[in-house]
Amino acid sequence: MKRLLPPDAASGARRPSRHFEDTGETMRRKAGSRIIPGFGVSLGITMTFISMIVLIPMSFLALQTSSLGWSGFWSAALDPRVLAGYEVSFLCSLTAALINCLFGVILAWVLTRYKFPGRRIMDGLIELPFALPTAVAGIALTAICSDKGWIGGALAPLDIKLAYTRAGIVIALTFITLPFTVRTIQPVLERLDRVYEEAGLMLGASRERVFRKIIFPEITPAILTGFGLAFARGLGEYGSVVFIAGNMPFKTEIAPLLIMSKLEQFNYGEATAVALVMLLVSSVVMFFINCVQSRASSFIKE
Amino acid sequence: MYVELENINKYFKEFQAARDISFNIRQGILAALLGPSGSGKTTILRMIAGLEHPDSGDIFIDGTRVNEVEAGRRGIGFVFQNYALFRYMNVFDNIAFGLSVKKERPAAIKSRVSELLELIGMEGMEKRYPAQLSGGQKQREAFARALAPNPKLLLLDEPFAAIDAKVRRELRIWLRDMIRRLGITSIFVTHDQDEAIEVADEIIVANNGRIEQKGSPEDLYKSPATPFVASFIGESALLENYRVLKGFESETRGFSGAVRPEFVKIFTGEETIQYENSVEDAAVERIAFRGAFLEVVLNIKGMTFPTRYSLEKTPIAAGDRVRALVYRLYAFDGDRAFLLHNRNLDNSGAGNIYNI
Ligand SMILES: Nc1ncnc2c1ncn2[C@@H]1O[C@H](COP(=O)(O)OP(=O)(O)OP(=O)(O)O)[C@@H](O)[C@H]1O
Ligand SMILES: [Mg+2]
Repeated sequence: MKRLLPPDAASGARRPSRHFEDTGETMRRKAGSRIIPGFGVSLGITMTFISMIVLIPMSFLALQTSSLGWSGFWSAALDPRVLAGYEVSFLCSLTAALINCLFGVILAWVLTRYKFPGRRIMDGLIELPFALPTAVAGIALTAICSDKGWIGGALAPLDIKLAYTRAGIVIALTFITLPFTVRTIQPVLERLDRVYEEAGLMLGASRERVFRKIIFPEITPAILTGFGLAFARGLGEYGSVVFIAGNMPFKTEIAPLLIMSKLEQFNYGEATAVALVMLLVSSVVMFFINCVQSRASSFIKE
Repeated sequence: MYVELENINKYFKEFQAARDISFNIRQGILAALLGPSGSGKTTILRMIAGLEHPDSGDIFIDGTRVNEVEAGRRGIGFVFQNYALFRYMNVFDNIAFGLSVKKERPAAIKSRVSELLELIGMEGMEKRYPAQLSGGQKQREAFARALAPNPKLLLLDEPFAAIDAKVRRELRIWLRDMIRRLGITSIFVTHDQDEAIEVADEIIVANNGRIEQKGSPEDLYKSPATPFVASFIGESALLENYRVLKGFESETRGFSGAVRPEFVKIFTGEETIQYENSVEDAAVERIAFRGAFLEVVLNIKGMTFPTRYSLEKTPIAAGDRVRALVYRLYAFDGDRAFLLHNRNLDNSGAGNIYNI
């Protein structure tokens, strides 16, 4: 079968030049990152800002901890009650972040794809957890979930307890971190051209397959970002959790509460030791998320 | 008829984007849907595809009414204006998408994809992502992706719009030859008349949500049915009142009309003129050098006539007074256009006007 040569394959001269094309590509990419001039100045600003906001407080943390010495540090950081606190904090934050990934996608989808009465109000309500002082949120949630509250009362006959259990902590964290996932996914869905879905449908794919194969990869980086933000915020959350958690040692005592109580006893060294461990672990988690994310979007940045 | 549209109407809220559209296309034809921006071309194409639904009217493909058939089940391949390649899939997965949906065996998918890659001349690029391809390569990939599931009908929305002008001509000839060779019935949308004339077997002219005319490129050029087609296809100039011209005084159809450059002939003083009674006095308004010929704009009785003049003849200059013969024109009567011949010419027994 004789093949009709397409235009740029037909002119033989262009074929071997792929090598040069690649160089052109690299140069264009380099030029692209120079849209804002003054790389030196902007790097300087970035470094100074990061140092002041992040690094200086952190080195202060490390300095404070060093007053304990190695053995003091280990016994403070690895005390069984503290270990249980890490576990509660990490597991509950992780669960809340995962729940919010699922509901974040659903909410963002509904808010961008459908027009219905009250859409704007619902859209505005998403930010409520940020606007509310966390303690207020905590008290309100506790009131609802306790045995006398609406939800807790309804569940009590079924022997399901929310307040003063880990489930309660997850509820508080889910409430507080919901905006992170919704607000990172929503703009991506808004910008996503419908034409990709139509292309999938024209090729005979079901709606479910179009979502799984075409839309989901597009929003994956945003979901990961939202997950990272929600998880990190959940780890540090204190105000809304303390009321609903009940704070039973080894069961529902979160790490930030342990830090607070150590601070209240002027036990700065031990408080910062616990904080430092939390910081390290969450840095590792965030770094991991970043790696996954840059892999996910590497094809299109090429 | 392979594709048939009958009395299609489509509203976007109060705005009517398609007005009583009816046309049909025979099997194996490559048809162009040509019209200015906003004329409803994309809307028509999307209704055929099933991505948009008409408010009234019927669509038939291969004798079956498809109004209620889902887009993916109409057996149509669609090439989108900006290709809509899946960014997170490489060339192979993009082309294979329509095949894996059908649950074809991996080996069958692989052989079909390599067949298509060879067809579009992109062997060895399976692993590239859309961001790593040139505009022309993306276009060919989109073409292959649409063809993969063996559609019965191919629809292309402005397939060349996003491509650099130089590559565009080569690519459209390539696409035309490819479609002819595959023998697949195809409709492509364009607002470029040169593209339509060069590529299509048949042109459907859309304007303002209506179909103005359907025919071969030659038909449309030679005998436009409506004033719009007369002025949209080819070069022409509008005349406010053609009946003041000699040889057209006794016509009864409307007043306005249009002329093409080839409908007017210039005489300078030296030639002997056979048709004295039909020649008009004309003033040369402007002259532009166009390489093989001169483009001359004449003024006859206050109306403008663009025409051509051979470089081999007696030179003329702007401001000169010459004589001109208008031997044909289009008369517009309401929404119809008619080709009229100069009556004096016929009466004088001049015979074949092509001898002029
Ligand atoms: N989804 C829509 N909602 C409202 N109006 C629409 C919609 N799609 C198209 N229209 C209107 O319908 C008319 C025809 O649009 P269409 O896209 O079919 O034009 P077109 O001939 O393809 O133009 P172009 O050459 O610019 O692509 C336009 O006036 C457009 O504004
Ligand atoms: Mg269009």
